[in-house]
Amino acid sequence: MAEQETPGALRSGLEKLGRTFTAKIWRLGFAARFFLYVLLHSGTALRRFGLTIREIYFAGVQSMIIILVSGLFVGMVLALQGYDTLQRYGSSEALGILVALSLVRELGPVVAGLLFASRAGSAITAEIGLMKATEQIAAMEMMAVDPIARVVAPRFWAGVISMPLLAALFSAMGIFGGYLVGVQLIGVDEGAFWSQMQDSVDWREDVMNGVIKSMVFGVAVTWIAVFEGYDAPPTAEGVSGATTRTVVTSSLAILALDFVLTALMFTGGTAK
Amino acid sequence: MKRSTIDIWVGLFVAAGFVGLLFLALRVGNLTFSTAQTYQVQAKFANIGGLKRRAPIKSAGVVVGRVSEVSFDNESYEAIVTFNVDAQYRFPRDTSAKILTSGLLGEQYVGLEAGGDGVMLKQGDRLRLTQSAVVLENLISQFLFNKAAEGKDSKDGK
Amino acid sequence: MLHGVKLRIEPGSVVGVMGQSGCGKTTLLRIIAGWLKASAGSTRVLGEDLAGLGAGGIFRLRRKMGMLFQFGALFTDMTVFDNVAFQMREHTDLPEDLIGDLVMMKLEAVGLRGAAGLMPSELSGGMARRVALARAVALDPQLMLYDEPFTGLDPISLGVIARLIRTLNDSLGQTSIVVSHDVEECFAIVDYVYFVSAGRIVAEGKPAEMRRSGEAFVKQFVRGEPDGPIPFHYPAPGYQADLDGGGALSSLLGVSANG
Repeated sequence: MAEQETPGALRSGLEKLGRTFTAKIWRLGFAARFFLYVLLHSGTALRRFGLTIREIYFAGVQSMIIILVSGLFVGMVLALQGYDTLQRYGSSEALGILVALSLVRELGPVVAGLLFASRAGSAITAEIGLMKATEQIAAMEMMAVDPIARVVAPRFWAGVISMPLLAALFSAMGIFGGYLVGVQLIGVDEGAFWSQMQDSVDWREDVMNGVIKSMVFGVAVTWIAVFEGYDAPPTAEGVSGATTRTVVTSSLAILALDFVLTALMFTGGTAK
Repeated sequence: MKRSTIDIWVGLFVAAGFVGLLFLALRVGNLTFSTAQTYQVQAKFANIGGLKRRAPIKSAGVVVGRVSEVSFDNESYEAIVTFNVDAQYRFPRDTSAKILTSGLLGEQYVGLEAGGDGVMLKQGDRLRLTQSAVVLENLISQFLFNKAAEGKDSKDGK
Repeated sequence: MLHGVKLRIEPGSVVGVMGQSGCGKTTLLRIIAGWLKASAGSTRVLGEDLAGLGAGGIFRLRRKMGMLFQFGALFTDMTVFDNVAFQMREHTDLPEDLIGDLVMMKLEAVGLRGAAGLMPSELSGGMARRVALARAVALDPQLMLYDEPFTGLDPISLGVIARLIRTLNDSLGQTSIVVSHDVEECFAIVDYVYFVSAGRIVAEGKPAEMRRSGEAFVKQFVRGEPDGPIPFHYPAPGYQADLDGGGALSSLLGVSANG
């Protein structure tokens, strides 16, 4: 009896694994088709830009506070930690470079992306999911208005537009925070701080690449957010599960994409 | 939330974002709107060390241009560095170029020392006198070699 | 799952579709609205065969239809006014002041003109449903579909909604299909009624005929009898066995079958 049960249990375990895997692949395909559909039906969102502007307000403007405050703190911590290490090698003047490059290349896009995913991404998912659960989406379809064009697309474009702006604000605020701690608090030479930074931060290789990263993150996070909202089961648990999935999947996607993009963008520098 | 209030806030947000971007590009980065004319000059070095594109070209400590391209001459096995020099600065044909380091472990840059020739460099000219970068390992081994030779001399007696 | 359903609805009439929850009446409504495709047979709505229509055709047809959802389904991020004005703004190029007049007219018809500036969250259930009704008839559709319009309302609101359904139907020259399981309110306003049970139409006719009907299901439904073709007891194994400690009860309590 026992010998017969083990292979059976193993087999059913593998079956379940296989089913989960194929289910996830199927869902990814569905998500990709949804993404294409949103892009194709974005005409309304762009023609009636007022809709998109409204969503930029809810996604971008209302995230500004958390982005600015977090950026400030991250910059200040970078300066504190950075100074501690650099001054051991007598290179405390490189503090500006350290803070600026860390923020512009990595921390700006990534941390702003994570914050955006948890604040705006989850809100978008919850909103769309609830609209679906309370039949508002169905009502819109009944009134011959395409809900994807009217509800989903404006939110998508709002996220894509807001993300790079938020990342830039994060980095700028962080550098300012680094300046406050490094120059005003610790006493690193102000001139050296800014001039060394300017000498080492290339606007095309560092700043622009950071902006490109944040654009990619914006697309990924907003895509995940609108998809999870639209696909959520129309119940309370369904919407809450979808919101959690948005934050988790977005965060993983940001970190994975960050690795890929960094490998593509920044390791080429030494091979010149 | 009134429509006009939303529009104002979104406008402010986008403006702030662009200001942030500009700050990063101009104040933090090195984006310059130099509409200044430049002329190109080349120089060959045996070793450029860590010299990179956009490294500064300085003369008497003042930045007079930037390195635009670094390439390799497969026949003479030397590095070819192309400079963009500001058009307002004219240098004699026998100007020498040295690769120097700012500080002890800092970034490398090109230092130009003006010669005495009456004829000035023009677009496409090549600098004849160059001095390669100091490679730390060579310096150390040279120092050790000198020290060893000194020791031997004093042992051999004078 | 619907089998062998045949409906013929006279233009200008109010038709009721009644039955237990889950018997298929909502499915019927969704087929008419074009959400579900019938796997067999044909559906002709407003003179057009649904099978031949693509997504664009269905959207076009829906402009002539209106649907009232069970709980109103108002857009929660807009005011009552904006909700009613929604279709006008999306589908027409009417100037704002004309839209304003039309919205006020529709709200007046349902008695909620004074609530135009409120948000849906500030409305009671009955009021929300009336606003949804005003929104659904905003562009004077020819066909109105009502999905359980009487569910969860107090007696006063019930009477109001029922009266509105009939009045709007007659004054706007519409045809209405009301899916419900509220016998009294429904019978008061419909001209003809279909009874659906387990995916089949078991009876049809005028409300007065249905009251006198001898058909078992109709009798049980109309009189609200607890037992009949729809049994009172959910299928279960022997009662004595459960009490003695065997059967399903043992697994629920975690007690072994041998007591």
